[in-house]
Amino acid sequence: MSEEPSEPRSYRHGVRAVLPLAVAVFGFGLSYGVLAPAAGMGNAAPIVMSITTFAGSAQFAAASVLGAGGSAATAILAAVMLNSRYLPIGVSVAPWLEGNAWSRLLHAHVTVDESWAVAAEGHGRWNPRVLLAAGTGIWVAWVLGTIGGVLFGNAIGDPNRLGLDAAFPALFLALLAPQIRGNRTAMLAAVLGAGIALALTPFTPAGVPIVVAGAACLLGVRPAREAA
Amino acid sequence: MTTIWVVVIVTGVATLALKAAGPLLLGGKPLPARITSLVSLLAPALLAALVAIGTFAQGQHLVIDARVLGVGAAAVAIRLRAPVLLVVVLAAAVTAGARALSG
Repeated sequence: MSEEPSEPRSYRHGVRAVLPLAVAVFGFGLSYGVLAPAAGMGNAAPIVMSITTFAGSAQFAAASVLGAGGSAATAILAAVMLNSRYLPIGVSVAPWLEGNAWSRLLHAHVTVDESWAVAAEGHGRWNPRVLLAAGTGIWVAWVLGTIGGVLFGNAIGDPNRLGLDAAFPALFLALLAPQIRGNRTAMLAAVLGAGIALALTPFTPAGVPIVVAGAACLLGVRPAREAA
Repeated sequence: MTTIWVVVIVTGVATLALKAAGPLLLGGKPLPARITSLVSLLAPALLAALVAIGTFAQGQHLVIDARVLGVGAAAVAIRLRAPVLLVVVLAAAVTAGARALSG
Protein backbone atom coordinates (compact mmCIF):
# COMPACT_ATOMS: atom_id res chain seq x y z
CA MET A 1 0.00 0.00 0.00
CA SER A 2 2.83 2.40 0.84
CA GLU A 3 4.39 1.57 -2.49
CA GLU A 4 6.52 4.30 -4.06
CA PRO A 5 4.77 5.39 -7.26
CA SER A 6 8.18 5.90 -8.82
CA GLU A 7 9.26 2.32 -8.06
CA PRO A 8 9.41 1.01 -11.62
CA ARG A 9 9.54 -2.71 -10.92
CA SER A 10 7.85 -3.57 -7.64
CA TYR A 11 6.03 -6.40 -5.91
CA ARG A 12 3.00 -5.48 -7.98
CA HIS A 13 5.03 -5.78 -11.16
CA GLY A 14 6.18 -9.21 -10.02
CA VAL A 15 2.63 -10.37 -9.41
CA ARG A 16 1.46 -9.09 -12.80
CA ALA A 17 4.38 -10.65 -14.63
CA VAL A 18 3.86 -13.97 -12.93
CA LEU A 19 0.13 -14.46 -13.56
CA PRO A 20 0.47 -16.14 -16.97
CA LEU A 21 3.33 -18.25 -15.62
CA ALA A 22 1.32 -19.25 -12.57
CA VAL A 23 -1.40 -20.67 -14.84
CA ALA A 24 1.15 -22.91 -16.55
CA VAL A 25 2.78 -23.87 -13.24
CA PHE A 26 -0.65 -24.73 -11.77
CA GLY A 27 -1.19 -27.09 -14.69
CA PHE A 28 2.27 -28.58 -14.20
CA GLY A 29 1.47 -29.00 -10.47
CA LEU A 30 -1.77 -30.79 -11.40
CA SER A 31 0.16 -33.24 -13.54
CA TYR A 32 2.69 -33.82 -10.74
CA GLY A 33 -0.18 -34.38 -8.31
CA VAL A 34 -1.60 -36.99 -10.71
CA LEU A 35 1.66 -38.74 -11.58
CA ALA A 36 3.46 -38.87 -8.20
CA PRO A 37 0.78 -40.92 -6.35
CA ALA A 38 0.55 -43.14 -9.45
CA ALA A 39 4.31 -43.73 -9.07
CA GLY A 40 3.71 -45.04 -5.55
CA MET A 41 4.52 -41.90 -3.55
CA GLY A 42 1.21 -41.83 -1.70
CA ASN A 43 -0.84 -38.66 -1.26
CA ALA A 44 0.95 -36.72 1.49
CA ALA A 45 4.56 -37.01 0.31
CA PRO A 46 4.05 -35.27 -3.08
CA ILE A 47 2.29 -32.34 -1.39
CA VAL A 48 5.00 -32.02 1.29
CA MET A 49 7.64 -32.20 -1.44
CA SER A 50 5.96 -29.41 -3.44
CA ILE A 51 5.90 -27.21 -0.32
CA THR A 52 9.51 -27.90 0.69
CA THR A 53 11.56 -28.87 -2.37
CA PHE A 54 9.60 -26.65 -4.79
CA ALA A 55 11.43 -27.63 -7.97
CA GLY A 56 9.19 -29.18 -10.60
CA SER A 57 11.51 -31.12 -12.87
CA ALA A 58 13.46 -32.58 -9.92
CA GLN A 59 10.24 -33.73 -8.26
CA PHE A 60 9.10 -35.43 -11.46
CA ALA A 61 12.51 -37.10 -11.76
CA ALA A 62 12.41 -38.41 -8.18
CA ALA A 63 8.86 -39.72 -8.68
CA SER A 64 9.77 -41.52 -11.89
CA VAL A 65 12.84 -43.16 -10.30
CA LEU A 66 10.74 -44.35 -7.34
CA GLY A 67 7.96 -45.46 -9.68
CA ALA A 68 10.46 -47.57 -11.63
CA GLY A 69 11.52 -49.25 -8.37
CA GLY A 70 14.75 -47.26 -7.94
CA SER A 71 16.40 -46.76 -4.56
CA ALA A 72 16.12 -43.64 -2.41
CA ALA A 73 19.74 -42.77 -3.23
CA THR A 74 19.08 -42.91 -6.98
CA ALA A 75 15.97 -40.76 -6.67
CA ILE A 76 17.82 -38.20 -4.53
CA LEU A 77 20.78 -38.13 -6.90
CA ALA A 78 18.54 -37.53 -9.92
CA ALA A 79 16.73 -34.69 -8.16
CA VAL A 80 19.90 -33.08 -6.83
CA MET A 81 21.58 -33.19 -10.25
CA LEU A 82 18.57 -31.51 -11.83
CA ASN A 83 18.66 -28.86 -9.11
CA SER A 84 22.40 -28.21 -9.20
CA ARG A 85 21.72 -25.27 -11.54
CA TYR A 86 20.30 -23.50 -8.51
CA LEU A 87 23.81 -23.06 -7.11
CA PRO A 88 24.92 -20.62 -9.86
CA ILE A 89 21.39 -19.19 -10.02
CA GLY A 90 21.60 -18.45 -6.29
CA VAL A 91 24.99 -16.79 -6.72
CA SER A 92 23.57 -14.60 -9.51
CA VAL A 93 20.80 -13.14 -7.33
CA ALA A 94 22.85 -12.98 -4.10
CA PRO A 95 24.19 -9.41 -4.52
CA TRP A 96 20.65 -8.02 -4.78
CA LEU A 97 19.35 -9.64 -1.56
CA GLU A 98 20.13 -7.16 1.20
CA GLY A 99 17.86 -8.37 4.02
CA ASN A 100 18.85 -10.54 6.99
CA ALA A 101 19.58 -14.25 6.72
CA TRP A 102 15.88 -15.26 7.07
CA SER A 103 14.85 -12.88 4.31
CA ARG A 104 17.60 -14.22 2.06
CA LEU A 105 16.57 -17.80 2.86
CA LEU A 106 12.97 -16.95 1.90
CA HIS A 107 14.08 -15.36 -1.39
CA ALA A 108 16.27 -18.41 -2.07
CA HIS A 109 13.39 -20.83 -1.46
CA VAL A 110 11.08 -19.10 -3.97
CA THR A 111 13.86 -18.85 -6.56
CA VAL A 112 12.89 -21.16 -9.40
CA ASP A 113 13.60 -20.88 -13.14
CA GLU A 114 10.47 -18.83 -13.79
CA SER A 115 10.76 -16.30 -10.93
CA TRP A 116 14.47 -15.93 -11.62
CA ALA A 117 13.84 -15.18 -15.30
CA VAL A 118 11.01 -12.73 -14.58
CA ALA A 119 13.16 -10.85 -12.05
CA ALA A 120 16.15 -10.56 -14.40
CA GLU A 121 16.73 -6.98 -15.48
CA GLY A 122 19.62 -7.79 -17.83
CA HIS A 123 23.32 -7.01 -17.48
CA GLY A 124 23.59 -9.23 -14.41
CA ARG A 125 20.95 -7.33 -12.38
CA TRP A 126 18.05 -8.96 -10.54
CA ASN A 127 15.13 -7.26 -8.78
CA PRO A 128 14.58 -8.84 -5.33
CA ARG A 129 10.97 -7.55 -5.01
CA VAL A 130 9.96 -9.05 -8.34
CA LEU A 131 11.77 -12.26 -7.40
CA LEU A 132 9.88 -12.57 -4.10
CA ALA A 133 6.45 -11.66 -5.50
CA ALA A 134 6.79 -13.82 -8.60
CA GLY A 135 8.36 -16.69 -6.67
CA THR A 136 5.62 -16.67 -4.03
CA GLY A 137 2.93 -16.64 -6.73
CA ILE A 138 4.55 -19.60 -8.49
CA TRP A 139 4.94 -21.46 -5.19
CA VAL A 140 1.22 -21.02 -4.40
CA ALA A 141 0.27 -22.19 -7.90
CA TRP A 142 2.62 -25.20 -7.67
CA VAL A 143 1.35 -26.31 -4.24
CA LEU A 144 -2.36 -25.78 -5.11
CA GLY A 145 -1.84 -27.58 -8.41
CA THR A 146 -0.23 -30.53 -6.63
CA ILE A 147 -3.08 -30.73 -4.11
CA GLY A 148 -5.63 -30.51 -6.94
CA GLY A 149 -3.89 -33.28 -8.85
CA VAL A 150 -3.74 -35.55 -5.80
CA LEU A 151 -7.43 -34.96 -5.00
CA PHE A 152 -8.89 -35.08 -8.52
CA GLY A 153 -6.28 -37.19 -10.31
CA ASN A 154 -8.74 -39.74 -11.64
CA ALA A 155 -10.92 -37.07 -13.22
CA ILE A 156 -7.94 -35.38 -14.90
CA GLY A 157 -6.32 -38.34 -16.61
CA ASP A 158 -3.10 -38.01 -18.61
CA PRO A 159 -2.02 -34.34 -18.45
CA ASN A 160 0.27 -34.67 -21.49
CA ARG A 161 -2.86 -34.99 -23.60
CA LEU A 162 -3.28 -31.26 -22.94
CA GLY A 163 0.18 -30.46 -24.36
CA LEU A 164 1.49 -29.20 -21.01
CA ASP A 165 4.94 -30.63 -21.70
CA ALA A 166 5.28 -28.14 -24.58
CA ALA A 167 4.04 -25.23 -22.47
CA PHE A 168 7.29 -25.08 -20.49
CA PRO A 169 9.82 -24.78 -23.31
CA ALA A 170 7.45 -22.19 -24.84
CA LEU A 171 7.39 -20.30 -21.56
CA PHE A 172 11.18 -20.33 -21.25
CA LEU A 173 11.47 -19.19 -24.87
CA ALA A 174 9.16 -16.25 -24.11
CA LEU A 175 11.34 -15.34 -21.11
CA LEU A 176 14.53 -15.76 -23.14
CA ALA A 177 13.45 -13.58 -26.09
CA PRO A 178 13.71 -10.14 -24.43
CA GLN A 179 17.14 -11.04 -23.04
CA ILE A 180 18.68 -11.79 -26.43
CA ARG A 181 16.97 -9.11 -28.56
CA GLY A 182 19.70 -6.75 -29.72
CA ASN A 183 22.37 -8.38 -27.53
CA ARG A 184 24.73 -10.48 -29.61
CA THR A 185 26.77 -11.79 -26.68
CA ALA A 186 23.61 -13.01 -24.95
CA MET A 187 22.42 -14.53 -28.23
CA LEU A 188 25.72 -16.40 -28.58
CA ALA A 189 25.44 -17.67 -24.99
CA ALA A 190 21.90 -18.89 -25.72
CA VAL A 191 22.89 -20.73 -28.90
CA LEU A 192 25.87 -22.34 -27.14
CA GLY A 193 23.75 -23.25 -24.12
CA ALA A 194 21.11 -24.96 -26.24
CA GLY A 195 23.74 -26.75 -28.36
CA ILE A 196 25.69 -28.05 -25.37
CA ALA A 197 22.51 -29.23 -23.62
CA LEU A 198 21.36 -31.19 -26.68
CA ALA A 199 24.82 -32.62 -27.35
CA LEU A 200 25.13 -33.98 -23.80
CA THR A 201 21.57 -35.30 -23.35
CA PRO A 202 22.19 -38.81 -24.76
CA PHE A 203 25.35 -39.30 -22.69
CA THR A 204 24.69 -37.91 -19.20
CA PRO A 205 21.96 -38.23 -16.55
CA ALA A 206 19.16 -35.65 -16.74
CA GLY A 207 20.12 -32.32 -15.21
CA VAL A 208 23.81 -32.51 -16.06
CA PRO A 209 23.37 -31.10 -19.61
CA ILE A 210 21.63 -28.00 -18.24
CA VAL A 211 24.33 -27.26 -15.68
CA VAL A 212 27.19 -27.87 -18.13
CA ALA A 213 25.43 -25.65 -20.69
CA GLY A 214 25.40 -22.85 -18.15
CA ALA A 215 28.98 -23.35 -17.01
CA ALA A 216 30.64 -24.16 -20.32
CA CYS A 217 29.15 -21.33 -22.29
CA LEU A 218 30.10 -18.83 -19.60
CA LEU A 219 33.71 -19.95 -19.89
CA GLY A 220 33.49 -20.00 -23.67
CA VAL A 221 32.09 -16.50 -23.92
CA ARG A 222 34.44 -14.90 -21.41
CA PRO A 223 37.17 -13.86 -23.87
CA ALA A 224 34.59 -11.91 -25.90
CA ARG A 225 33.60 -8.35 -25.10
CA GLU A 226 32.01 -7.58 -21.76
CA ALA A 227 28.28 -8.24 -21.96
CA ALA A 228 27.10 -4.68 -22.32
CA MET B 1 6.92 -45.71 2.92
CA THR B 2 10.16 -44.73 4.68
CA THR B 3 12.07 -44.72 1.37
CA ILE B 4 9.68 -42.08 0.07
CA TRP B 5 10.03 -39.87 3.13
CA VAL B 6 13.82 -40.15 3.04
CA VAL B 7 13.69 -38.91 -0.55
CA VAL B 8 11.32 -36.06 0.35
CA ILE B 9 13.41 -34.87 3.31
CA VAL B 10 16.90 -35.25 1.83
CA THR B 11 15.91 -33.74 -1.52
CA GLY B 12 14.21 -30.83 0.24
CA VAL B 13 17.24 -30.06 2.40
CA ALA B 14 19.69 -30.48 -0.51
CA THR B 15 17.63 -28.26 -2.80
CA LEU B 16 17.37 -25.49 -0.23
CA ALA B 17 21.13 -25.76 0.39
CA LEU B 18 21.80 -25.35 -3.35
CA LYS B 19 19.41 -22.42 -3.67
CA ALA B 20 20.50 -20.66 -0.47
CA ALA B 21 24.29 -21.13 -0.58
CA GLY B 22 24.85 -18.02 -2.72
CA PRO B 23 22.32 -15.76 -0.98
CA LEU B 24 23.48 -16.76 2.55
CA LEU B 25 27.24 -16.68 1.90
CA LEU B 26 27.43 -13.81 -0.59
CA GLY B 27 24.13 -11.98 0.04
CA GLY B 28 24.02 -8.19 -0.27
CA LYS B 29 27.61 -7.83 -1.39
CA PRO B 30 28.44 -7.00 -5.00
CA LEU B 31 30.12 -9.80 -6.93
CA PRO B 32 33.52 -9.10 -8.49
CA ALA B 33 33.07 -7.36 -11.87
CA ARG B 34 34.31 -10.36 -13.80
CA ILE B 35 31.80 -12.68 -12.15
CA THR B 36 29.00 -10.18 -12.81
CA SER B 37 29.73 -10.17 -16.52
CA LEU B 38 29.63 -13.99 -16.51
CA VAL B 39 26.45 -14.14 -14.45
CA SER B 40 24.70 -11.80 -16.90
CA LEU B 41 25.10 -14.53 -19.54
CA LEU B 42 23.90 -17.31 -17.25
CA ALA B 43 20.23 -16.41 -17.83
CA PRO B 44 20.27 -16.71 -21.64
CA ALA B 45 22.47 -19.83 -21.51
CA LEU B 46 20.33 -21.70 -18.96
CA LEU B 47 16.99 -20.60 -20.42
CA ALA B 48 18.06 -21.71 -23.91
CA ALA B 49 19.21 -25.06 -22.48
CA LEU B 50 15.80 -25.48 -20.80
CA VAL B 51 14.03 -24.66 -24.09
CA ALA B 52 16.16 -27.18 -26.00
CA ILE B 53 15.75 -29.97 -23.44
CA GLY B 54 12.03 -29.32 -22.99
CA THR B 55 11.45 -29.43 -26.75
CA PHE B 56 13.63 -32.36 -27.82
CA ALA B 57 14.57 -34.53 -24.81
CA GLN B 58 12.59 -37.60 -23.83
CA GLY B 59 14.60 -38.97 -20.92
CA GLN B 60 18.06 -39.43 -22.41
CA HIS B 61 16.80 -39.62 -25.98
CA LEU B 62 16.44 -36.76 -28.44
CA VAL B 63 13.16 -37.01 -30.30
CA ILE B 64 11.12 -34.90 -32.69
CA ASP B 65 7.47 -35.10 -31.69
CA ALA B 66 4.38 -32.89 -31.36
CA ARG B 67 6.19 -30.57 -28.94
CA VAL B 68 8.28 -29.17 -31.82
CA LEU B 69 5.10 -27.88 -33.50
CA GLY B 70 3.87 -26.33 -30.26
CA VAL B 71 7.17 -24.61 -29.49
CA GLY B 72 7.47 -23.52 -33.15
CA ALA B 73 4.04 -21.89 -32.94
CA ALA B 74 5.16 -20.23 -29.71
CA ALA B 75 8.27 -18.86 -31.44
CA VAL B 76 6.11 -17.25 -34.13
CA ALA B 77 3.81 -15.76 -31.48
CA ILE B 78 6.82 -14.39 -29.56
CA ARG B 79 8.14 -12.88 -32.79
CA LEU B 80 4.77 -11.11 -33.17
CA ARG B 81 5.10 -9.87 -29.55
CA ALA B 82 2.12 -11.87 -28.30
CA PRO B 83 1.56 -11.85 -24.51
CA VAL B 84 3.21 -14.68 -22.55
CA LEU B 85 -0.09 -16.32 -21.57
CA LEU B 86 -1.13 -16.55 -25.23
CA VAL B 87 2.29 -17.99 -26.12
CA VAL B 88 1.99 -20.73 -23.48
CA VAL B 89 -1.63 -21.61 -24.28
CA LEU B 90 -0.85 -21.70 -28.01
CA ALA B 91 2.09 -24.07 -27.48
CA ALA B 92 -0.02 -26.44 -25.38
CA ALA B 93 -3.00 -26.27 -27.77
CA VAL B 94 -0.94 -26.91 -30.92
CA THR B 95 0.87 -29.82 -29.23
CA ALA B 96 -2.37 -31.33 -27.92
CA GLY B 97 -3.99 -30.86 -31.34
CA ALA B 98 -1.11 -32.56 -33.15
CA ARG B 99 -1.25 -35.48 -30.69
CA ALA B 100 -4.99 -35.84 -31.14
CA LEU B 101 -4.67 -35.83 -34.94
CA SER B 102 -1.80 -38.33 -34.98
CA GLY B 103 -3.88 -40.67 -32.80
